Amino acid sequence: MCGAKRMSPLERFLDTFLNPRVIGKYWPDILDGLIVTLELAIAVVVTGILVGLALACLRAVGIRAANIAIVCFADILRSLPPLVLILLIYFGFPNIGIVLSGPMVVYVVLSLVLAAFAEEIFWAGITSVDKGQWEAARSTGLGFAQTLGYVVLPQAVRLTLPPLANRAIAITKMTALGTVIGVPEILYQATTAQSFSGNASPLTLGALAYLALFLPFVVLARWLETRFAWRKA
Amino acid sequence: MNQILDQFLNFQVMGAAFPTLMAGLLTTAEICVVVILLGLAGGLGVALGSLHSSRWVRWPSIVLVDFFRAIPPLVLLIFVYSGLPFAGIRLSPFAAVVIAFLLNNSAYYGEVYRAGILSIGKGQFEAARSTGLTRAQTMLYVVLPQAVRNVLPDLLSNTVEVVKLTSLASVVSLGELLYAADMARSVTYNASPVVMAAAVYLVILWPLVRLVSRFERRLSL
Amino acid sequence: MKRPMLEIAGLFKAFGENAILNGINLKVPTGELVFVIGPSGSGKSTMLRCCNRLEEPTSGAILIEGTDICGLGVDINAMRRKVGMVFQSFNLYPHLNVRSNVSLALRKVLKLPRAEADERSMAALDLVGLAQRADFFPSQISGGQQQRVAIARALALEPKVMLFDEPTSALDPELVGSVLAVMRDLKASGMTMLVVSHEMGFAREAADRVIFMDGGVIVEEGAPEAVFGAPKHERTQAFLSRVRG
Repeated sequence: MCGAKRMSPLERFLDTFLNPRVIGKYWPDILDGLIVTLELAIAVVVTGILVGLALACLRAVGIRAANIAIVCFADILRSLPPLVLILLIYFGFPNIGIVLSGPMVVYVVLSLVLAAFAEEIFWAGITSVDKGQWEAARSTGLGFAQTLGYVVLPQAVRLTLPPLANRAIAITKMTALGTVIGVPEILYQATTAQSFSGNASPLTLGALAYLALFLPFVVLARWLETRFAWRKA
Repeated sequence: MNQILDQFLNFQVMGAAFPTLMAGLLTTAEICVVVILLGLAGGLGVALGSLHSSRWVRWPSIVLVDFFRAIPPLVLLIFVYSGLPFAGIRLSPFAAVVIAFLLNNSAYYGEVYRAGILSIGKGQFEAARSTGLTRAQTMLYVVLPQAVRNVLPDLLSNTVEVVKLTSLASVVSLGELLYAADMARSVTYNASPVVMAAAVYLVILWPLVRLVSRFERRLSL
Repeated sequence: MKRPMLEIAGLFKAFGENAILNGINLKVPTGELVFVIGPSGSGKSTMLRCCNRLEEPTSGAILIEGTDICGLGVDINAMRRKVGMVFQSFNLYPHLNVRSNVSLALRKVLKLPRAEADERSMAALDLVGLAQRADFFPSQISGGQQQRVAIARALALEPKVMLFDEPTSALDPELVGSVLAVMRDLKASGMTMLVVSHEMGFAREAADRVIFMDGGVIVEEGAPEAVFGAPKHERTQAFLSRVRG
């Protein structure tokens, strides 16, 4: 490629990172990856938040054994790097007869991790609601579940929304870890295309795909923070 | 049952892998120290930038933070490690890991500091300025000490995330804890080394995670 | 003699080693207003909260129209409906507007359809003079108005007994009058009331009986003129002279 010598630095930069020919060839692959990432992200967010909410409600019931189990679950999944769990399940479990597909492993691990964080966030929200609210509701004859559902959670959720949004974004971004076990998400498609094309443009495209996917939610989370800032009563 | 124990808690395999894992742990510790210290400093700069009175400083800071919060750290790492060489910039795995995680974590630490500074009432600024302290002195001696104390749980929880993040360095073949464990796994066809790595992470991080929860409960009262 | 509306019989309450109530016996006949005074820590709030089982009695019985609300197999949520409670700190639900604060239990406990629940809520709000504030949120109205909404919330369930736990202690002085006026109306309408408060003037004028509590027991009880005018017990005298300053 003696032509490269005549390129200005800017042209060379563009040729390396924003090469139209490479982009034109590989953008459909990145789009496929985007759809896989999006599907995984939605599944993880829905499962993780619902499981976390259910655990926090169960914890509010106050059964000692259940609470110890919930706290241990939340602590362990918040302490372990998700990649460790992904490798363990994907490469370790087949040896004992449990074979899960790559996307399934990523879905299960990230959902559990988000559930652990969501449980802690919801629980902090529930405990931050004034005891008087429980008493007032119970004094009018509302039951435990009704008090939790109609009085406590609506107030708790407002407080938990900003940290929950931030945590959900941070964990769904980890779908990129799927590339390590061959899940055809954005990063996997981008690195594959990069090695085929010998050009860094697919990586740029991949980064842009992540920005397109997550930036709106980052901005939304920032808005939630200013809107529902923790207010001390 | 025996099969499960043999696969995941094989002490023979663990014993053989132990020295490699400890060497990996040392590398993990090195990455942590560099990324945490530089991240804490960089984050402070980012926070001050995002609260600057001039919009020409403020908005670029905020855009940069949101950019790094939207990009998965692994994407950043692979971009730095295997994208930049195309432009003639070749970095060692360690340097690539440090740069990628530093960019990522300055943004996260920055947001934490920012929330802390915003939690300090205007009266504190005014009182300090009224006694003749400069803007920088006010920040350093009056606002930051209170701000950091207010967000200590978040700083700590972000630091836990940094330690967990170092496991991604295994993807670019940097010989940290998880890489060492996964190598041992692929050689022995046995998952016990990865279980051992998980145990090491747990031993280090569980107390910190507990501490974060403790802190949060105390502050919410 | 007719059966008392509310009867407290041999009520003991301890938190661990710490005994708060040491055997309370009290009968409140239908339509009477019994006023409870005493120093802080005397157990008067705890006694009130036991009447709604917000605190579980260690032993003893609380009877509403002859039924022990602490008995086995008693539907506590159904019993609580019969006992309205008004708190010192109002405890309105901040995420619901005034009307919904009142109607929530009507809809979820009595299972009334929304229209009927709203109608009854408006009637209750009308009783406390706040029907025109139905669409406001608690944060948008004054403390006195919030407490009147809290009273309406309890009244809407048509309780047999109303418990007031220092209902005016958290209010600015100029807002106390409106809450007391509502309580006065309530008394006039024949409601059975047990009131813990420091509003001695109100007690003189509206109470049928005044009870002085100290150290978890009832030290003295009688007509307001008797307890305030000529207290028999030394501890009552000491307390009243301190309160009057």
